[in-house]
Amino acid sequence: MQYTRTVEALKQGTVIDHIPAGQGVNILRLFKLAETGERITVGLNLSSRHMGAKDIIKVENVALTEEQANELALFAPKATVNVIDNFEVVKKHKLELPESIEGIFACPNSNCISHAEPVKSHFFVKAQAKDIKMKCKYCEKVFSKDIVAVVR
Amino acid sequence: MANPLYRKHIISIPDFSREELELVVETAGKLKRTPRNDLLQGKLVGSCFFEPSTRTRLSFETAVQRLGGDIIGFADGGNTSAKKGETLADSIKIISSYADAVVMRHPKEGAARLASEFSSVPVINGGDGSNQHPTQTLLDLFTIRETQGTLENLTIAFVGDLKYGRTVHSLTQALSLFGARFYFVAPEQLAMPDYICEELDEKGIEYTIVDSLDDVIPLVDIMYMTRVQRERFDETEFKKIQGQFVLRADMLKSARTNMKVLHPLPRVDEITVDVDATPHAYYFEQAKNGVFARQALLSLVLNETV
Repeated sequence: MQYTRTVEALKQGTVIDHIPAGQGVNILRLFKLAETGERITVGLNLSSRHMGAKDIIKVENVALTEEQANELALFAPKATVNVIDNFEVVKKHKLELPESIEGIFACPNSNCISHAEPVKSHFFVKAQAKDIKMKCKYCEKVFSKDIVAVVR
Repeated sequence: MANPLYRKHIISIPDFSREELELVVETAGKLKRTPRNDLLQGKLVGSCFFEPSTRTRLSFETAVQRLGGDIIGFADGGNTSAKKGETLADSIKIISSYADAVVMRHPKEGAARLASEFSSVPVINGGDGSNQHPTQTLLDLFTIRETQGTLENLTIAFVGDLKYGRTVHSLTQALSLFGARFYFVAPEQLAMPDYICEELDEKGIEYTIVDSLDDVIPLVDIMYMTRVQRERFDETEFKKIQGQFVLRADMLKSARTNMKVLHPLPRVDEITVDVDATPHAYYFEQAKNGVFARQALLSLVLNETV
């Protein structure tokens, strides 16, 4: 069978592949990728041999850092993050849960001081059994990842 | 060498090591036996109560003045620039430029941690919303050591509202550093939160969930009572559980001679008045100990050596 590319090849930038279908838009918004002003190609519900359906994001001229890639692990632990230079993969990030995550999610506790003050949100991340728990640095409340990691 | 709490922020019990907790408890004991009036001489402490509190504020202010220090501050956030919309970050930057330490209570969780990031002097948390109240835990530990002679391997029952009671959570965390054994006695709706039980599991600390107060009385060294707040239940539900978590003098016949009843106060009707006259009642002495525990903490934070 002939293989056809559904998303155009990237000359320089970052490809985030194998995102679980449905999470692509969340990632775009939470990581404010569109605000980079760079050209972004998004594929949603593409067919995948391993995942059934997947999303993919290509951002031109932006090389995701190790830290940013690890933050992705919260939504898409099996995503592959490849940094491309001149059509070649120059770095493959292996995703690991970050120890802490700053400024991305708001604290779900509405009485947490972090909401009305000049600080970034800050969570300590801990894998526990099958869940990922996030503890707010300020109010010290512990939440399941699914409660924190939603687009508000 | 400076003591390990010198110039430190005091925000949350999990920040403390076992040695630091012991240092505060020992210092409180020394100050109770031999009062000092010089340890805060020349020091000015900001007492910032963005939310009103009687006992905590008065005992902090007593502690400062008895040690020879001075106080500035406010007892109610309603009269401050916070009311005008100033951020806590800005308020604390300014107050910390006036005082040598800031004691604060605030209705929002995380307020003390945030303040510590903007303060140029040590911040002492006097309660942040439903989160932490570390000086209550320090005075509880001091009282437990005073009555039992040790903090090691004690058996403690917590009774009443274990879900919302922040003092219960912090004291459980602190005592688990000393190999305690716990009994949790609470209505199902007010049970100890999962995250505390998970922490205990991780540390291999034994705890048992019990539904009868009578069963645990002969087993424990400390009975830590808390108030079940009527507003958490509808009227019939409240009536049903109310009687189950009340301690009366006649129930104490089977108690060990060393057993003491503690309560963070205010009590309503969960400890009947006839308990006050038994040798097991220790809650009023516990409240008095608040001054010594806070004296110890302030002395350690503001002096290299005590």
